[in-house]
Amino acid sequence: MRFILRRAGFFLVTLWAAVTLNFFLPRLMPGNPALAMVAKFHGRLSGQALISLEDLFGVNTHTSLFVQYLHYLGDIATGNFGTSLYFYPESVSRVVLDAIPWTLGLVGVTTILAFALGTGVGIISAWRRGTWLDGVVPPVFVITSAIPYFWVGMMFILIFGIRLQWFPYTFAYDPTLTPGLNWPFIANVLEHAILPAAALLLTTIGTWILTMRNNMVTTLAEDYVRMARAKGLPGRRVMLDYAARNAVLPNLTGFAMSLGFVVGGAILIEYVFDYPGVGYMLLQAVENEDYPLMQALFLLITVAVLVAILLADIATAIFDPRTRSAG
Amino acid sequence: MSDPHVPEPVLEVSGLSVEYVLDRGSVRAVDDVSFTVGRGEFLGIVGESGCGKSTLLFAVAQLLAPPARVEAGSVIFKGESLVGLTDKQLAATRWRNLSVVMQSAMNALNPVKSIGAQFKDAMRAHGVRRSDEIADRSAEVLRMVGIDPAHLRSYPHQLSGGMRQRAMIAMAMLFTPDLVIMDEPTSALDVVAQRSLMVQIKELQDAYRFAVIFVTHDMSLISHFSDRLMVMYAGQVSELGATRSVFDAPRHPYTQGLLEAFPSIRGPKVPLKGIPGSPPNLAMIPGGCRFHPRCPVAFDRCSEEAPDLYQLDGSLVRCLLYDDAAADADASAPTGGRADA
Amino acid sequence: MAAAAVTVPASPVTANSAARRVWRAVRKNRKATAGAILLIFFIFLGLFPGLIAHDSPTAEIYGRSMGVSSAHLLGTTAYGQDIFAQVVWGTRQVLIIAFGAGLAATAIAAIIGVSAAYLGGTWDGVLNLITDVLLVIPLFPLLIVIAAYVQNSGTVVLIAVLTLTGWSYTARQLRAQALSVRSRDFLEAARVRGERAVYVVCVEILPTMTSLLVAAFLTNALYAVLFASSLQFIGLGDPNATSWGTMLYWAENNEALQTGQYMWAVAPGVCIAALGTAFALLNYAFDEIGNPALRPVRKIRSKRVRPARS
Repeated sequence: MRFILRRAGFFLVTLWAAVTLNFFLPRLMPGNPALAMVAKFHGRLSGQALISLEDLFGVNTHTSLFVQYLHYLGDIATGNFGTSLYFYPESVSRVVLDAIPWTLGLVGVTTILAFALGTGVGIISAWRRGTWLDGVVPPVFVITSAIPYFWVGMMFILIFGIRLQWFPYTFAYDPTLTPGLNWPFIANVLEHAILPAAALLLTTIGTWILTMRNNMVTTLAEDYVRMARAKGLPGRRVMLDYAARNAVLPNLTGFAMSLGFVVGGAILIEYVFDYPGVGYMLLQAVENEDYPLMQALFLLITVAVLVAILLADIATAIFDPRTRSAG
Repeated sequence: MSDPHVPEPVLEVSGLSVEYVLDRGSVRAVDDVSFTVGRGEFLGIVGESGCGKSTLLFAVAQLLAPPARVEAGSVIFKGESLVGLTDKQLAATRWRNLSVVMQSAMNALNPVKSIGAQFKDAMRAHGVRRSDEIADRSAEVLRMVGIDPAHLRSYPHQLSGGMRQRAMIAMAMLFTPDLVIMDEPTSALDVVAQRSLMVQIKELQDAYRFAVIFVTHDMSLISHFSDRLMVMYAGQVSELGATRSVFDAPRHPYTQGLLEAFPSIRGPKVPLKGIPGSPPNLAMIPGGCRFHPRCPVAFDRCSEEAPDLYQLDGSLVRCLLYDDAAADADASAPTGGRADA
Repeated sequence: MAAAAVTVPASPVTANSAARRVWRAVRKNRKATAGAILLIFFIFLGLFPGLIAHDSPTAEIYGRSMGVSSAHLLGTTAYGQDIFAQVVWGTRQVLIIAFGAGLAATAIAAIIGVSAAYLGGTWDGVLNLITDVLLVIPLFPLLIVIAAYVQNSGTVVLIAVLTLTGWSYTARQLRAQALSVRSRDFLEAARVRGERAVYVVCVEILPTMTSLLVAAFLTNALYAVLFASSLQFIGLGDPNATSWGTMLYWAENNEALQTGQYMWAVAPGVCIAALGTAFALLNYAFDEIGNPALRPVRKIRSKRVRPARS
């Protein structure tokens, strides 16, 4: 229990760090981008929106930095992220909330799949050391982990979208269809998700396979695995219950940590496929200097990663009895 | 080469050789080792680190992992040859008739499963399915070693070192096998726990009449408990005989050296003498007798001729001093020069 | 957070013999050799691009969007530039970023990681916290945000940004290894001799971690290549620089895939993948060198055991 509390505390510290980064970065950068942006939008915005924008970036306010910081924290806490500049007059919260389901679907499902499949292949590959499987797996996936995510997406578009014309490759669904819980729409959504999901899966699965395999190999050399053999336990039980259960533990924490990388890859994949998720919105915001939107998305992504890490820690506490006692 | 003095052998090891297949060639960790263990007998195996005793144990229990493998010889357990059988074929005999206790129980017990769960795994693997049977037997073996059965729910890291080791012994007793192989189970314990563990093992043995092969580097500890003692050096058997005769009248110079290195509480104060040098690198074994570079009584034949095991009053000794021909031919005293290792 | 770092048993060695061991290890390991060859190939391209590609990479004088031909090995872009020349000349910038950010990030990671391990106590706690926080904040979004504010980052800015965000991962690994070395006797001896902490860290501890440092550099270099090209791809680098990432940026902007100009997108991508593979292979090989248990195992066929000699 103390373990979870400590982790939650760390979570809060990191969250605070991210929020503070968000606050200070625009003020620290050379050429004060905030000032430039406000000047640019001055003509287009009116009244309240302009004021809240200026508040957000500390432009034309005559309060001290510290007071601005407190205001900022207060705004974040109440969920007031201001108005989007690119999607004006939509509020930032609205834009973000619209984008979340797409990313959750695409990235969430793909990541879980990649983790499950990758871990499985890693376990089997290590168990069958010395066979062709273990000989071929490491080099293949070392190579796939070095290929930039967005390029894989582009190649998929080229091969399966343009040349073979098997799948659509832009956006999340056909705009002529009516969104709703009807089958044609859902089928269309799934169809549009196949290429981006496949690209994301292919690029991220390599890390899981390799780390799981390496963990397994180290675990298989442990005495308790030898003991399990000595007890005459059936092979599969030794592999799963004694070796894999121990080997996967460091992977759980690693899973959460590399979520940061998965998020990066997802951003690029969404960009390449014009998939209207959180990552795509982030890049739209960047391209159009929509800083309020950009900041909110950055915070959202950070929070998502932190939550995932916390969940992984809870899972480790459940599966590894040693953490519970150690606190 | 089975020992004629052993009645009703449970285990017969003949000419066992184990090698490690490495990139730069093979290294023989165990070279032509033979011994027999009788029913209810306690055989101690002693030697320095790296002499091959743990490898020997794993080879007997068929627990070698690549790159190690049995290169020659046979292991006959209760009339059945074990070498070359697959894990599946060995499963029936494993644990029921032959169990293993390892060195560091912290590493040898699965850290993520409770003690009870690990007992259950072993029992279910051998056909015991009913949960009441499993629970009863688990509690029973724990009581045998003096542990409160409430600890079935504990995880390995929650027990003290001594308790973990005894839990391992309890696990080994689940089916009261005919032979229990123990690899340095006392090395990680303090002296008090060591003694108490040894006494426990001996009591169990008296009660259930199983044979024990006990590997250790602590010769003085084992000599109080074993029936016979086998001394290993550089992968070979250098001396093998009844404990009392090996301990009280060691014949091999190496055994003598080992005993002189242990202080004795009784008797006059004697300066401790270690054995100079270190065990040979098994990839580059000295010619002739393997021990001759460190031997205080080596003579000229020792560097050229590798001695066999010679029989002498019921003991076996691998030393040219006891080769009948050598005793006759060498009229002059041994030169006693000690070559630097 | 438990670090799944593999700790390597170390002994006090001089930097010289460590380098020799590393060289021998590279030669023996097949993955390392393949990776090394690839890397050397790219370094050669980066040093002497003029030898391979005779056309200027920036001149927009050729015909537009031409296909593969003997005059233009990879065709031309929509602006009339020779793709082959661009790819070859672009190697230089990528390598500068990779080595620059790789070395800088490794240096920072080494200093922070080892100091945290050596100093212990509150220092360790503070440094650890900073490392962990940076580790957890998702890197790519952070990079995007920083690059967005900076606008049009040139090479130096890219290196700086990558370094500042990328050192945390390897700092953890190095700290774990340094912790295992910390209690060795030769460090006690140095402390008794009155050596200052900086000296101990640099002269006594770091040389024992050579293979881990090399592995950390390779990790950071790989990360730099991938993230730099990603940033350039989305337009946050300097679009006028000649680099593989910027080529992909322009290709995407001109809808190269949809209009049949495949080489424009394929060629730089393959190069990134190849260079990345070189670093990844070397990295994987160093994992194996550091932890012998991971090395390839020959399956030993169970052969018939010879009967005992009597």
